[in-house]
Amino acid sequence: MKKLLLAATALALTAGMGLAQTTVRMGTEGAYPPYNFINEAGEVAGFERELGDELCKRAELSCTWVKNDWDSIIPNLVSSNYDTIMAAMSINEERKAVIAFTQDYLPPAPSSYVALQEGVDLEGGVIAVQTGTVQASHIAETGATMLEFPNIDQVLAAIRNGEADAGFGDHEVMRPFVEDSNDLVFVGEQVKLDEGIGVGLRQSDTELREKLDAAITAMKEDGSLNTLIKKHFGDDAQTYE
Amino acid sequence: MFSYCSDPSVLDGFAWLSCYLTTGTHMLFYASFGVVLLLLAITAPIALLFGYGGAMASRSRIAPIRWFGRIYTAMVRGVPDIIFFLFVPIALDQGLEWLRHKALCDSDAPVRQGNDFVVCAAAKLPLSTSPEWVHDIYAMTLAVIAFSVVFGAFAANVLYGAMQAVPRAQLETAEAYGMTPRQVTRRILVPQMWTYALPGLSNLWMILIKATPLLFLLGIEDIVYWARELGGAKTSSFAYPHPDWRLYYFLVVLVFYLLMTWVSERVLGRVTARLTQGQATLAGEAQRKAVAP
Amino acid sequence: MSCAQTILDYGLRSLGIGERLLPRSDFTLCQQVTLIGSGLIWNLYFAFFALLFGFFLATGLALAKTSTNPWLRKPADGFIFLFRGSPLFIQFFLAYEALVLLPRAGVEIFGLTVATSWLAKAWAGALIVLTLNTAAYSAQNFHGALMSVPKGDIEAAEAYGMTGWTKFRRVLWPTMLRLAWPSYTNEAIFLFHATTLVFFSGFPAFQQRGDSLYYASYFAGQTFNPFVAYPIVAGYFILCTLALIGLFGIVNRRLNRHLPGAARRIRYRPQVIR
Repeated sequence: MKKLLLAATALALTAGMGLAQTTVRMGTEGAYPPYNFINEAGEVAGFERELGDELCKRAELSCTWVKNDWDSIIPNLVSSNYDTIMAAMSINEERKAVIAFTQDYLPPAPSSYVALQEGVDLEGGVIAVQTGTVQASHIAETGATMLEFPNIDQVLAAIRNGEADAGFGDHEVMRPFVEDSNDLVFVGEQVKLDEGIGVGLRQSDTELREKLDAAITAMKEDGSLNTLIKKHFGDDAQTYE
Repeated sequence: MFSYCSDPSVLDGFAWLSCYLTTGTHMLFYASFGVVLLLLAITAPIALLFGYGGAMASRSRIAPIRWFGRIYTAMVRGVPDIIFFLFVPIALDQGLEWLRHKALCDSDAPVRQGNDFVVCAAAKLPLSTSPEWVHDIYAMTLAVIAFSVVFGAFAANVLYGAMQAVPRAQLETAEAYGMTPRQVTRRILVPQMWTYALPGLSNLWMILIKATPLLFLLGIEDIVYWARELGGAKTSSFAYPHPDWRLYYFLVVLVFYLLMTWVSERVLGRVTARLTQGQATLAGEAQRKAVAP
Repeated sequence: MSCAQTILDYGLRSLGIGERLLPRSDFTLCQQVTLIGSGLIWNLYFAFFALLFGFFLATGLALAKTSTNPWLRKPADGFIFLFRGSPLFIQFFLAYEALVLLPRAGVEIFGLTVATSWLAKAWAGALIVLTLNTAAYSAQNFHGALMSVPKGDIEAAEAYGMTGWTKFRRVLWPTMLRLAWPSYTNEAIFLFHATTLVFFSGFPAFQQRGDSLYYASYFAGQTFNPFVAYPIVAGYFILCTLALIGLFGIVNRRLNRHLPGAARRIRYRPQVIR
């Protein structure tokens, strides 16, 4: 009897394992507030965490979050160490050559210049940026002298200590720092650099892309995506029509 | 942590600090010191093993094995460790998955699909169904292997030198007693080489300690990762906003490393004294004279 | 675009000469090899000058460390402990933080304004850190060598009536160098490898002028493929390391030329590698 019970349990367990979908591993950087960051409890948090969990719920997937350094985030995706990238990754041509994207879940995000005062020379001065970002590619093409730092803290420090005349970065990332500080201001015109932000996937992973695409469409239609954007980026943030 | 921490925005002074320093992320920061120590403790013996293998291979009578040993030590020593860490772990991961793919998958689907490296679900390392801690262990294992390969090459270099330094006469005496080459190695060469190898190995240990900030490149969240993460300016959207405090965090890390080296120097000094006892070296001679005036 | 043209355009890019924009698409192997090779100029620059300045500083430190005067010995001990006991990675960070704190306008000394902003630039700031770092490690080597200078050598020098500077220059110093040279070679290799950390974690790259690792990570970031650019850097470094070993071997032979049978190849006794 006992043996039979054991066998039955084992059978149920294996059956259960067969039914449960494989876990989708969601890669993110965890160092780009408010898109994604590590909260005080040490977990991934932010807009993308909340959106990603909601997308997984709608697509009926079970998801876990994985942190990865920005520099190697795409190589690790294509070598299947995780299955998606949700890390404020702008959709652009170079990336599309290597990975696939879902439709955008954030409209094209503006990038802004930050400086200590108005009137700095944005065309010919020294501009600090974060290495490996779309903003860095943009500054390399302007006449400005580019100074590259590995993270946003060093960019802001460089503006404050005069190493750079201005910094250039994602508007939503810079905004909390500017609002909190009493010295930094936004200067010049905002620039739109990308085609919006989407979920990055392996090109061979069409099934997952369709599922996530459908979930994003559904969230756009019922307005829940806009609500989420407003919650994290404020009421003035750009939303979908 | 403490009951009064539920609303940090009303706290100030010591209470704020006590709550701030006990947040979940800070706990992870403290734990990462343990992670670094653990990794050092695991890596050191494995690297020594790699080094022993490399040194023995370099001494081999069979030419291809000898070439392999020599090329291994020369190659790895010629490349900065940081560059090694930037591509070897990914290559290692793909290599293992490719082998498992060949063995475990029945589909003929190619592993490379365009830019993608895709193996069947059964060949994934670790399986995507496995819990998070398995992934963590796997990442740790890769890091340990990568570190061991690099530091094994340095250790091989040190051990090779130490084996050469063991007085020929001692080995010849053993041979004269009728010991086989294997016995000579086991009974004379290996026990005697340590005194010559120790200075080099202790330096290697120091280098290993100071190479741990590179763990971050291998996806391990080490102390430098957390120092940078926690020290970075936190805006008011965080529960504990503060300006750029990276300097203080890095000073803490600096103190940790200085302490580690200080303790290591003390311990290794003792071990050296122990090992030189009765050795036919200058230091051993000096010790003998000091004891018997 | 032919490969010769690429070399003309990007061969000296790391110094700011040639094409301003880095390649953005259709990356060729030639471009990668050229640009990474161009970045190697910085690695060689840092290694050469840090070793040059560090060598003299190390000699001074080693002498201070042997001194009986605690006012000389203690600071030298502290300096060596600090720089040998902490990762270079953290030294770069702290040095950069400290150097950018210097006032931009310069420091007033006796009515003269001394410009300080150049110190925060990689070419100067990182060179200072690397120099101090290698000086600490080499000083430890040199100190060990000084302690093992045979007593008879010194007695012989004194018997010839040599004192002070002459004794040091003609007996102590050459013997110290001869004894320390194998481990100093190792130190030089390590320092050369450490130059890759300058732009990786310490100092900002200015106008995309960086070292070989900077360009390699640029290419790896643009092509999303780490398996081409990083092995190229590795190849360059293996070649340079071999050249460095050869160069130090020549010096070693010269240092040992008076000793019978010492002209054999340099043997690395890796006792004192970092």
